[in-house]
Amino acid sequence: MAFSFLSRDMFSDLERLHRELQQAFEGGPSIRGAAPGGFPAVNVGSTPQSIELYAYVPGLEPDSIQVDLERGTLSIAGERASSLPQNGEKSVVHINQRFAGRFRRAVSLPEDIDPDGVSADYRNGVLHVSVKRRAEALPRRISVQ
Amino acid sequence: MSDNTSVATHSGDSAGRAEETALLPPVDVIEDSAGITLYADLPGVSRDGLDLQVDADTLTIEGVAAVELPESLEAKHAEITVPRYRRVFTLSRELDVENVTAELHQGVLKLRIPKAEHAQPRKIEVRG
Repeated sequence: MAFSFLSRDMFSDLERLHRELQQAFEGGPSIRGAAPGGFPAVNVGSTPQSIELYAYVPGLEPDSIQVDLERGTLSIAGERASSLPQNGEKSVVHINQRFAGRFRRAVSLPEDIDPDGVSADYRNGVLHVSVKRRAEALPRRISVQ
Repeated sequence: MSDNTSVATHSGDSAGRAEETALLPPVDVIEDSAGITLYADLPGVSRDGLDLQVDADTLTIEGVAAVELPESLEAKHAEITVPRYRRVFTLSRELDVENVTAELHQGVLKLRIPKAEHAQPRKIEVRG
C-alpha cells in the first residue's frame, strides 16, 4: 500500500517538531491558550505608569465589546456575526477564513494595577485598554540632600 | 469560478515597491449571480492607510495599521508584530473591474466586484 509510506507517524513527527520549534522560539504557551491564530490577536505592553492592551478585533460596534477586570485578570469578550450568506440564498462561498462567533480572551495583569484606572476605546477595529498602575508602585527617584 | 480566483503569494507585488513583510489578512469571498463580495479583516487600518489597486486582472489589497502607542511602551506580549497587510488576488475576465465599490468599517473592508453585463445570467428562450 502506497499510503503506508505516509504513515500516521510522519504527521505526528511533524506535529511534534512544530511544537518543539514553537516552544524553543516563543517560550511556553500561556495557560489560557494564547495560540497563534486565536481571535482576537492581542498585544500587551507596559509603561512605568500603565499597562496597555491592544486587541485586533475588527468589525464590531464599540458597545458590543465587554471588557471586564476581575481579580487582576482583564478579559475581553464579544460576538462577531458571520458575513456568509444564510441558508437558502443563491450564492457560493469560495473562501471562508474570517472568524465568526463568540470570543473571549483574558490577560493576567501585574499586582500593582489600579482597578479604578481603566479606560477603553475602539478605533479602526482595534480595542485599546489602558490600566493605570498604583501611584505608590511607580518608580521614583529619591533626591539626596 | 473558484478555479479562477486564485490567491497569489504576497511576494507578487504589483506596485513594484521594495519587498516588505506583511501579514496575510483573513478574507471571506462570496459569489452570487451578479458579482463577488469580498470581506477582509484589516484591524488598525484607516481609510488613509488603505491602498486598493486593480491592475489588469490583479487585485491588490494593502493596508498599514496605524495604532498610536505611548512613547515609553515596552512590549510584553505581541501577536501582531508587523503593522502591514497585503493580499493579492487574480480576477477573472467576467468581472467588471471598472465598477468595484469599497467600504471600510471598523477595520473590515468590504469589496463588491460586479460581473460585467454580458456575463450576467440570462434566460434563453426556446422558440417553437
